[in-house]
Amino acid sequence: MMRLPTFFSMLAKHVPLPVIQQAAAAMLTQIVRRHGGLFERLGEHREKRYAFLPSDLPLAFLVEPAIPAVSVSRAQRPPAADAAVEGPLFMLLALMEGRQDADALFFSRDLTVTGDMEAMLALRNALDDSGIDLPGDLGAMAGPLAPFVSRAASGVRSRVLAEGNPSWN
Amino acid sequence: MELICPAGTPAAFREAVDAGADAVYCGFRDETNARNFPGLNFTRDELTEAIGYARRRGVKTLVALNTFMRAGQEDIWYRAAADAVKAGADALILADFGLMAHVAETWPEQRIHVSVQASASNAEAVNFLVDAFGARRVVLPRTLTIDDIARLARQIRCEIEIFVFGGLCVMAEGRCSLSSYATGRSPNMNGVCSPASHVQYRREGDALVSVLGDYTINRFPAGEAAGYPTLCKGRFHVGDKDGYAFEDPVSLDVMDQIDRLRDAGVSALKIEGRQRGKAYVAEVVATLRRALDASAEERGRILARLRLLSEGNRTTAGAYEKRWR
Repeated sequence: MMRLPTFFSMLAKHVPLPVIQQAAAAMLTQIVRRHGGLFERLGEHREKRYAFLPSDLPLAFLVEPAIPAVSVSRAQRPPAADAAVEGPLFMLLALMEGRQDADALFFSRDLTVTGDMEAMLALRNALDDSGIDLPGDLGAMAGPLAPFVSRAASGVRSRVLAEGNPSWN
Repeated sequence: MELICPAGTPAAFREAVDAGADAVYCGFRDETNARNFPGLNFTRDELTEAIGYARRRGVKTLVALNTFMRAGQEDIWYRAAADAVKAGADALILADFGLMAHVAETWPEQRIHVSVQASASNAEAVNFLVDAFGARRVVLPRTLTIDDIARLARQIRCEIEIFVFGGLCVMAEGRCSLSSYATGRSPNMNGVCSPASHVQYRREGDALVSVLGDYTINRFPAGEAAGYPTLCKGRFHVGDKDGYAFEDPVSLDVMDQIDRLRDAGVSALKIEGRQRGKAYVAEVVATLRRALDASAEERGRILARLRLLSEGNRTTAGAYEKRWR
């Protein structure tokens, strides 16, 4: 799958963390609002902390479904988490939408999972059933620009998914 | 031949139906089914909704209640059977003889399929289940050759369903104790083989190490495709050699044998993978549907792309073309 262009990785190094934090929090709020049952499948694992570690971005994201909240840190200081998943950013986003098969990416060693596997499996299954559609969900945050943002994001997604591994839709 | 497809979530269920399944199998979110994984499976309401979705599109729903009842707790399984029947399941996939008897007595018209977990692999066993409980179909273990299946088909009085693609269990299913030995939890009683609660992955340099309970199952060097942390596909020290004593970490694929399977008397082809995501379900179901409808010459090309989705990125015909070590 396509990796994030180096330019974005360089850029992320210089953008102040609070700015990224605010964007990530807004994104999570929007997703939770549009997919109310998202964390229902987690059951007891709703209390766990999940780290998302994009291998092509110098950032780490910690999601706490029970609150719900997301916190961002620099990759050199990854957050303490119960379970963590590491892979290229676009791959992590595709997994959020259930557009790639996590097991296949694990078999091919493109994806690394560590920590509480029961919690990670519950999260994978919750995301898979949630119907998250990032272009649609994030586009809805853009107000009058929603159609343009959704269309642009869909275009990027199509290009990313068309590269490399078998994909669907 | 029918294409029987897996679904672990309502989203995967809809994908399977839309991709060309003839029937979809699924289970409740509890120990009554052999894929009792966290975050997976259906509530009663989700099952009712899914059955409606399938029925409107001419697709059947098979509900797996294929673990063995615990003495004193039979009501958990009886309630699950009642709820599945009420929701409109086209068939119940059962392994426990006691549960088969209960279903046959309570709902004589309800179609019963014998789960692979029942380990019915000879004519006497299958015909007993047909005579005693009115079983209409048997799902055969993945330990028979195609010639074995053809011989069996001539001797039994019900339909035959076999696994053709996905996870490859090489053991006497329903009787395997390897996972219980390593974790104290049983695929047959608790519905989980190699439960995630007992699995750990860690990196040692460039290698990926998988651990189940107190046992190191495998060490995958850099660049080598990984597999599930199941004991039967672990790497063992045997004598002075390291290797796979039972089976390699590979997936099953016998779709290139469709014509032989049809001639052998197989009625239904089953895809394993209720624990896999909806992307996998959509891709595999759509591809196998195309392969079923294609000529023998075209099938290889159509199926080749599925290898990347398979455990260890490799596939095998398993026991269907038996070559024991």
